[in-house]
Amino acid sequence: MHEKRDIKRIEQEKERWEAETLKPTLKNAPERAERFTSVSMAPVERLYTPADLPHWDFMKDLGFPGEYPYTRGVHPTMYRAKLWTMRMFAGYGTAVETNRRFKYLLQQGQMGLSTAFDLPTLMGYDSDHPFSAGEVGKCGVAIDSLADMEVLFDGIPLGEVTTSMTITSPASVLWAMYIAVCEKQGVPYHRMGGTIQNDILKEYIAQKEYIYPIEPSVRLVTDTVLFGAHHLPRWNTISISGYHIREAGATALQELAFTLADGMLYVEEAIKAGLEVDAFAPRLSFFFDCHNDLFEEVAKFRAARRLWARIMREKFGAKDPRSWVLRTHAQTAGVALTAQQPHNNIARVAIQALAGVLGGTQSLHTNAMDEAMALPTEGAATIALRTQQIIAYESGVTNTVDPLAGSYYVEALTNQMEEGAWEYFRRIKDLGGMIRAIEKGFPQREIADSAYAYQQAIEREDRIIVGVNRFTEKEEHQIPLLSIDRAAEGRQIDRLRELRRSRDKDLVMRSLDTLRQAAVGKDPWGKDLLMPKILDAVRAYATQGEIMDVFREVWGEYTEPIII
Amino acid sequence: MTTQVEQKIRVLIAKPGLDGHDRGAKVIARAFRDAGMEVIYTGLRQTPEMIASAAIQEDVDAIGLSCLSGAHMYLFPKVIELLRERGADDIVVFGGGTIPDEDIQKLKAAGIAAVFTPGATTGEAIKFVKENIRKKSL
Repeated sequence: MHEKRDIKRIEQEKERWEAETLKPTLKNAPERAERFTSVSMAPVERLYTPADLPHWDFMKDLGFPGEYPYTRGVHPTMYRAKLWTMRMFAGYGTAVETNRRFKYLLQQGQMGLSTAFDLPTLMGYDSDHPFSAGEVGKCGVAIDSLADMEVLFDGIPLGEVTTSMTITSPASVLWAMYIAVCEKQGVPYHRMGGTIQNDILKEYIAQKEYIYPIEPSVRLVTDTVLFGAHHLPRWNTISISGYHIREAGATALQELAFTLADGMLYVEEAIKAGLEVDAFAPRLSFFFDCHNDLFEEVAKFRAARRLWARIMREKFGAKDPRSWVLRTHAQTAGVALTAQQPHNNIARVAIQALAGVLGGTQSLHTNAMDEAMALPTEGAATIALRTQQIIAYESGVTNTVDPLAGSYYVEALTNQMEEGAWEYFRRIKDLGGMIRAIEKGFPQREIADSAYAYQQAIEREDRIIVGVNRFTEKEEHQIPLLSIDRAAEGRQIDRLRELRRSRDKDLVMRSLDTLRQAAVGKDPWGKDLLMPKILDAVRAYATQGEIMDVFREVWGEYTEPIII
Repeated sequence: MTTQVEQKIRVLIAKPGLDGHDRGAKVIARAFRDAGMEVIYTGLRQTPEMIASAAIQEDVDAIGLSCLSGAHMYLFPKVIELLRERGADDIVVFGGGTIPDEDIQKLKAAGIAAVFTPGATTGEAIKFVKENIRKKSL
């Protein structure tokens, strides 16, 4: 954008400014710290100028919104045409309670559903499994079979809303249940819209809700990608997630790099399975965290879009522009919430949500102020939704596309993010690819180191957290919290036992046997996908635990290397 | 147990239940180790039985339980109950996670010596363990 001699002149002028203006000021009024760093502990300079963007090229690096490399956003008009989808994650207790919360959220102006499942469901156990004791319905809704899924979406027209399901190891099973409910509602395959998280690699890296060894798990993911490409053109079959990587302690750069590295592996696997890249790449979506450092987060989103566009076009040879586009969901950083002075979290969430919007996200969940202690109450979740509405309708940031473009700081940060990510991709490649890197504990160790360094910075008070290590108060503020009664567990188990009594047992056994044979098969990419067989088992009311157990028998379970 | 001023404090850091959120457990484990303690980390998905057995086998002074799934009211007291059954209730048990105030009172009544919530420092936890272990040994 700037000629070489302009930059030279700016550099000279900056030196002059430092000598004549800055130096005397620093003498009288020193800065608050010797060095300033972002939330991710990356150094931040006092001032950014065109000299920080020496090779920056407007057309190559920025371009126009809705066009390659999409730095400025995925749509030409961004939020002037359509706001992001306000999609609040919800789920607790049994399907009955969560169905009620879903209907409430839709009445409040929420635009799409997002389902939180409880840990037994996430881990592929039925509610009556011994490992499920105490966990049923606690951190999300308990779903054991199609019967629960029918209740969960009762009275909600699935042809009109899109539904996101935060489910990974058993993603194929829960997706099959959703498809079966749609079938019963008469919604045709081509109208079903939504997302399954289904990003298994980030489980080994960060969230740890893995079940099987890495390779068969990736096979299961690829199976859903193939099924989606053939039958459900509006479904996002993987939500490639940085959120959990960040929450586990990663820096913004590590979140970006590991997420895109995971994404590349899924693309490679689907191509190996025989799909053309443009047949499935448009259905890959992403999910990033929004932490407190506004500009760093904005730069991360912008860099993510530019990187993915370059990767898809240059590395994978995608020709369809929809394959180049990184569409993303975003969620404010749960890890940044404090149990101390919980009302302060409303302000934190507002800043984080603003980062997501200025970063150009396609949908957003805002955390509620009480989530450092419990699942949100209806009141707290409503304030969080209102925060998005205030940004959308009152702040004015939606009036123009990519308003921070051209900021020397934001563009320099965006460049640094991209360069740093390429460097990580090289290191991962040197380790033999992402699966080998995970087996060697590389991303896990990087994340654990960052998490520890961050905690130490807080304890040294290098990093200030309001209400935690500064501006503390003796009296703690009490806010009402949601409690989930233990009785939900009993009710769910009764329901499950009733189901086991009333269903056609032979049909269940036959469907599970067919699935087992397909899972044993050595050539997974013949005509024999697992998804149709999972669908048959689900329609027969096999439970998710029973279906997941079939794969446990065939593939075994994963044991992780312990890295502290 | 006799006074063991010179001996390192031994702590078991454990993740009970299905929850995989191990950031807090790992940060605490590393901080304890850096503070000179002997730390045994169980890894994920431990039943209360596994935790109680490991604690007895490893002859630890304290157990730190980390749970962010909301199942703490079931899992934490269960560990205490099992330690009591096996006569190992001299082991100090503390916990951490997303835990409401109301539950903290109940957990303390059940025998959990301290509960640390988001925002608590590793320094506080280290101080707590050192002070409570010393009391026990005297």
